[in-house]
Amino acid sequence: MSELRRLWMRLRATIGSGHCDRDFGAELESILQMHVDDNLRRGMTPEEARRQARIRLGGVEQVQQIARDRRGLPWLEVFGRDLRYAVRTLLRTPGFAAVAMLVMAIGIGASVSLFTVIHSVLLRPLPFPHPDRLVAIYSQDAVWSHNTVAPGDFYDWQNASHGYEQMAIWRWTGFNMSASDGLLPEFLNAGTCSWNLFSTLGISPVLGRSFTPADDNPGAARAAILTWSLFERRFNHNPAVLGNTVRLNGQLYTVVGVFPDWFQYPNPKIELWVPWQIEIPREIQWSHYDHIGYVVGRLKPDNQSTVAIQELSAAQHQIYLRLNGTGPVKQGVIATPLLEDMVGEVKTPLYVLLSAVVCLLFIASLNLSNLLVARSAAHQREMAIRTALGSSRLCLIRQQLTESLLICLGGGIVGLLFANVGTRWLTTHWDGLPRAYSVHLDSMAVVFALGITATAGVLAGLLPAISASGSNVLSALQENSRGIGGGASRTSMRKALLTGEVALTVVLLVAAGLLFRSFLRLRAVDLGCTTKNVLTMNYFLRGDKYSKPEQIVNFDTELLDKVRHIPGVKAAGLTNVVPGDGYYGDHEFWVPEHPPQPLGEHHFAAYRTADPDYFSALQIPLVRGRFFSENERLEHDKYAIVNQEFVRQFFPAEDPIGKHLRVAWRTPQGENYEIIGVVGDTSYQIDRSARPMMWFPILAGIPGNSGDSVLVVRSAKDVMPLAIPIQMVIASLDPGLPVKNILTMEQIVGESTANSSFTATLVLSFAGLSLLLAAVGLYGVLSYLVTQRTQEIGIRMALGAERERVLRLMLLDGLRPALIGLVLGMGASIALTRLIRTVLYGTSPLDGTVLALVVATLLISSTAACLVPAWRAARIEPMKALRSE
Amino acid sequence: MADKTEVWLGTLSLMVLRTLATMGPQHGYGLARRIEQISGDQLSLNYGTLYPALLKLEQEGAVASEWGVSDNNRKAKFYRLTRAGRRQLERQTHDWQQATAIVARFLSPSEEG
Repeated sequence: MSELRRLWMRLRATIGSGHCDRDFGAELESILQMHVDDNLRRGMTPEEARRQARIRLGGVEQVQQIARDRRGLPWLEVFGRDLRYAVRTLLRTPGFAAVAMLVMAIGIGASVSLFTVIHSVLLRPLPFPHPDRLVAIYSQDAVWSHNTVAPGDFYDWQNASHGYEQMAIWRWTGFNMSASDGLLPEFLNAGTCSWNLFSTLGISPVLGRSFTPADDNPGAARAAILTWSLFERRFNHNPAVLGNTVRLNGQLYTVVGVFPDWFQYPNPKIELWVPWQIEIPREIQWSHYDHIGYVVGRLKPDNQSTVAIQELSAAQHQIYLRLNGTGPVKQGVIATPLLEDMVGEVKTPLYVLLSAVVCLLFIASLNLSNLLVARSAAHQREMAIRTALGSSRLCLIRQQLTESLLICLGGGIVGLLFANVGTRWLTTHWDGLPRAYSVHLDSMAVVFALGITATAGVLAGLLPAISASGSNVLSALQENSRGIGGGASRTSMRKALLTGEVALTVVLLVAAGLLFRSFLRLRAVDLGCTTKNVLTMNYFLRGDKYSKPEQIVNFDTELLDKVRHIPGVKAAGLTNVVPGDGYYGDHEFWVPEHPPQPLGEHHFAAYRTADPDYFSALQIPLVRGRFFSENERLEHDKYAIVNQEFVRQFFPAEDPIGKHLRVAWRTPQGENYEIIGVVGDTSYQIDRSARPMMWFPILAGIPGNSGDSVLVVRSAKDVMPLAIPIQMVIASLDPGLPVKNILTMEQIVGESTANSSFTATLVLSFAGLSLLLAAVGLYGVLSYLVTQRTQEIGIRMALGAERERVLRLMLLDGLRPALIGLVLGMGASIALTRLIRTVLYGTSPLDGTVLALVVATLLISSTAACLVPAWRAARIEPMKALRSE
Repeated sequence: MADKTEVWLGTLSLMVLRTLATMGPQHGYGLARRIEQISGDQLSLNYGTLYPALLKLEQEGAVASEWGVSDNNRKAKFYRLTRAGRRQLERQTHDWQQATAIVARFLSPSEEG
């Protein structure tokens, strides 16, 4: 207790030491006076009295020193002194301080942002109880390593497995939600899941109840659970919605529950959940051929994932052996931890970005280090004098470290602000970043920021501190007094730092160049159709109003007719998926004209629908045969169009026109469709190669198949102004029909290249920043060198050296670290870039153009950085230089 | 060297406390004089030794100080014992007596031989 009190008093004394010193002085004075008085009373002469008193009192200064040491906290005072000194030094060059802090702030801010995102997205466990026991389970065969699961397989697994506590299945779906209470109709992304999905995940609604087995069967009353966002957005937080009905695709569903706001699985796009068996068509309820569902399993506490999956694999193998001859059955099963399944895709891009910012931070530290070395050179004389006066080396190092730590601390504080902005920017601009909702700056981020701030501070400060304090006092004093050829060791230190900086910059530049080139390649991909002035929008014809083929066909025909009459529309067509918008789904088919396929071999092609004008609207070229005709509709629909890839794979040596495809398109038994045309290949996804595709007439009006529509409208000029008139046409035909995804083809392409452009742009800006830092470093070192060697150059010139020679000499001197750094950086890049191969599209990690460009960029910018000081050296007037001291 | 100082400081602070307890508030000069006097001039206290002890006691809260006027009208800083100081004095006196008693037993000649 008394120790604590003492510490407190000493702390107080440290802070207000001026007052204490004065008080102590007065006390000493009064004691001296009393002593003198006493001596006078004993009869001494005044001088003698004073002399004796002083002798008895002891050395005033020593007493004062002892008192000071005991009164305050010496280490704290020393620290305070270092701090004051550092602040004063920095304030003397506010420009330097501000730039250094800004550079550190950018480095630290970017690192903290990326760390926060990685921590929240990749590292933090899922917000479910025992998340480590959750796995995603997929089907597997030779072609697809992670295929969705057939419902029949799922139910067989459930029965056969003992390793999982529970296992659930779900898939994406969507509903037209009718207008209500003055709110417009809208299309909702929804999930349909087996009743136990939520108990498998381990979550329950905040309001109402979860699904029960009774909800999840074909005859049950229709139930729905809302996510928080829908509850908030559409129902105004009103708990009265529980037990009420909502109209989805024309059917009434009773709201039985609302999920908490943090539950966003698999991502925030799903706003509503409905039970599985009500939504899945009866004929595929037990199918082993229709691979449509995502399966989530919860392992039993003591069960190994590998053991559990072996059991499932055995079960799947039984299904395969039993049904292989009858249809496409998957051979194997594979499980992935659920977290990995949700975030696996962004792992590489995130780590690439983190490496880039750490590189940047490292370069910033090296740069700061470099600047401090330069500054300590300017303070060399001061250092030498202080050493001569008895300042210890440790003391000098501590002082330098305080300075760099102070810069980094300032940078760290500003960096945290940057990180706050940066993190928010990242999560809002990164399209499709999983778990983006859970990303926010937390205490971990602050700890991380402190950690890297301290590391950067020590890193940047230690080298200059050691180099500054290490030099021999005498030689330092002498060196400076002469001012010729000085600071050789310091210069080599700076050059080494620069080499490192340049090498890191080269690595960053190469990575950025590769990513950017890959992005350009992606942008340049030919989808196989026009993307100029084309507008697309989705609508889904569902429910009672569209339960008969005539109803669907009437709507589509009328719509197309009216849209084609809108001024500015050049062509309009219908399909279910436009190129570049995803794979969607495939169907098995076989060719009756061909010999029967061997047992277990199945052919698949992606299925599409089209009206007669779709291909010309998108300018997809006709290769052979013809497009659909106007009378190929309703029952008269047994015609199909295929793409070139289809012909390549399945009709390699014959004419497909007139042949037939047998497909279970209209009915589960399947019908024969005559191939009437072959069209050019289109990519279903921008970074994937073409796959076999087959088109059926959308005007067949098959409920379910033909109800998914994308209206495609091409115009001669900007097509966006047509969006409103077209929507008005749709509203005039069916006011209750929501329209979704009103996008131009360019936007669709842009969305699929957005992430690639995002990563490329970010890394490129980091690389640009590094290049700037390295160039500034080069410039700084060479300028310093020129100043140092002014007299030497003067002598050389006086002895007859030509200006060009001097220029070349200085230029080479400055470029040497850049060249060595370039070589080192290239070596490192060649070793490292293979790590980012998975995020590169159509670009080799050793792309010659990129490497050449990087070399050129670096050479040009470093030459530019060196040219100014070298030029200045060449302009030196020998006489002036020799006279200058 | 450090040990000796510690022991010395320890006993010095006890002397200071005791002196203040018996004589009431005192200024530094008076304290030094008084301690020398009681020790029979065996001890010579200069202020460089006394002051740190006083400072430590003050920081611990055993003594408090304030400026006042001395007998012969000099401004002087007076130290007085606080309640905590009185407790500390009792405890230290007890500890010291015990310690000296133990040491005395070791040194008493009758135990040997």
